[in-house]
Amino acid sequence: MSQGRENTKGQDKDVVIRVRGLVNGFGGQLLHDHLDLDVYRGEVLGVVGGSGTGKSVLLRSIIGLNKIMSGTIEVFGKDTSTLNDHQMREIEMRWGILFQEGALFSSQTIAENIQVPLREYLKMPQELMNEIASMKISMVGLAEDAASKHPSELSGGMKKRAGLARALALDPEIVFLDEPTAGLDPISANMFDELVKDLQKSLNLTVFMVTHDLDTLRATTDRIAVLVDRKIKVGTIDELRRDPHPWIQQYFSGPRGRAAA
Amino acid sequence: MNTAHEAESSNTRARFRLERGQRSLRLVAEGAWTTRDAASLDQRLREIEMGDASDAEIDGSGLERIDSAGTWLLVRTKRDWEGQGKRVGPISLPGMYSSLLHTVEHEHTAPPVVIHNRHTLPAFVERVGKATFHGMQQGTGILSYVGRVTLEWLEALYHPRGNLRVAALFHQIEETGINALPIVGLLAFLIGIVLAYQGADQLKRFGAEIFTINLLGVGLLREIAGLITAIIIAGRSGSAFTAQIGTMRVNEEIDAMQTIGINTVDALVLPRILGLAIALPLLTFYADIMGMIGGAVMCYFDLHITLPVFMRQLQEAISVNTFLVGIIKAPVFALIIGLVGCYEGLQVERNAASVGRLTTRSVVESVFLVIVLDAAFSIIFSIIGI
Repeated sequence: MSQGRENTKGQDKDVVIRVRGLVNGFGGQLLHDHLDLDVYRGEVLGVVGGSGTGKSVLLRSIIGLNKIMSGTIEVFGKDTSTLNDHQMREIEMRWGILFQEGALFSSQTIAENIQVPLREYLKMPQELMNEIASMKISMVGLAEDAASKHPSELSGGMKKRAGLARALALDPEIVFLDEPTAGLDPISANMFDELVKDLQKSLNLTVFMVTHDLDTLRATTDRIAVLVDRKIKVGTIDELRRDPHPWIQQYFSGPRGRAAA
Repeated sequence: MNTAHEAESSNTRARFRLERGQRSLRLVAEGAWTTRDAASLDQRLREIEMGDASDAEIDGSGLERIDSAGTWLLVRTKRDWEGQGKRVGPISLPGMYSSLLHTVEHEHTAPPVVIHNRHTLPAFVERVGKATFHGMQQGTGILSYVGRVTLEWLEALYHPRGNLRVAALFHQIEETGINALPIVGLLAFLIGIVLAYQGADQLKRFGAEIFTINLLGVGLLREIAGLITAIIIAGRSGSAFTAQIGTMRVNEEIDAMQTIGINTVDALVLPRILGLAIALPLLTFYADIMGMIGGAVMCYFDLHITLPVFMRQLQEAISVNTFLVGIIKAPVFALIIGLVGCYEGLQVERNAASVGRLTTRSVVESVFLVIVLDAAFSIIFSIIGI
């Protein structure tokens, strides 16, 4: 597989997430069988795969929500299984996660939701937190009056934007997106793709995105990781089109795949 | 492409210095301006005295790294100065941050959000008003729901074949009645023991131990067995009604039933209320018996009253009326528990949190109403002299 996007400075690629020999399984069935994956700084990586191939499990393994059976996961060059709580918090400050349904705290307003990480990690005057929350809200393209609303008063697309704003609260280096456009109408999904691209560029984010949406893959990703046969295949969309594997062929060359091309 | 994020060394700490010229001010930002250091920068930036300078400049070109919070601080400082009538040149940042600066400066023009303080007098009045309004809405809601259930009930009586779901009814009787036998029996037995023990302890002082049996008979049959059973069932079945119907609402099952043409009151509410109305009097009778057994056991061990003596004294102490007064309340309690449980279940919104909230509310309301009704019954019975 080729290297995907070239590094502009021409130096060796800076690997921010390195997965080696990952094994995961449930109920005697293996989901991942010695799976390797590198995620480079500043790239947008899309993760695809059929239902039940363990896309979300891979994401949850990397962020430490899922106990892995064997293998190592290094984030920012540190093996996450060897870190103590304090070191883990240092890493957690440097990533943000957008869960599928936003996972906003329902008892708090959007502004308070965004301030949760700020309040948890940093001592900051309330006024500055309000300013930062309001800045994040406009960065993700929400109307200013969304700040004082509760999550139940927002539509699905707005919840995702608010969830993204919370994920970006600490200006993380890596953002994990779990099916960011699922359940959105095509126009909202396009707008969300644009948003991710813009923010990725202006904040220089590394984006790890689990998605089913071929349009999103085409519009935003630099490389795509396909989960097939309990392993992973990584490449650009054009490289993957030439891959003979039947599932990959069907995925990218089926009617939806051609439509998105 | 990016500066690697390493542990902060002393020369990357966020800092700035001011260069004052003739009637001009230059802010030079250095180091890494990130969210972590935003709080310390915030205060110092606000304290900058402009003096008599009329022109200002913000130079961030020497910055090692800056993120959106740091950029916001620069943008805010610029806006503050402009607000004071100074001329401020464009902010200069290293080239790779130009799109970040553009995003922060042009997309964010709204004033900062205000988090409302919830402990002010107007906020208190607002909360009281909201609660009152909500209470009234709840009242009219329950009333119209009771009306609807009554109508459906009458219709079911009129056409029992079409509207009464017999299988569901028996399922509910099993669920709320038979499956509740162990817990109701055990608790009634224990209550009988406690009542006999405490009664005997007090009555012994007057040498009137034998009247423990009167206390047991009248207390259990008239009040306690019925009340305890109703409260257990409110906690056990009332909450289950709300949770079951509520979960069906969350899953849109209720909507699906309606579109298929199934009457939800017939299918969900009537079998539950009717099943409970049949099961609760039977359970109350069972609790009466178990309570008496508990009392008899305690009387035997504590007061050495044998079973024949116990029975004879019991026969003198109570009449059929005593039993009837207790048992007649049970269907009414069942009606209340069933109505409240199903009503709150139908009020669930399409999120999981509201299932929990309304289940709690359903139990609190039905226990409250059961006790209030019990008091009302006592008053009515004393007026008509039973």
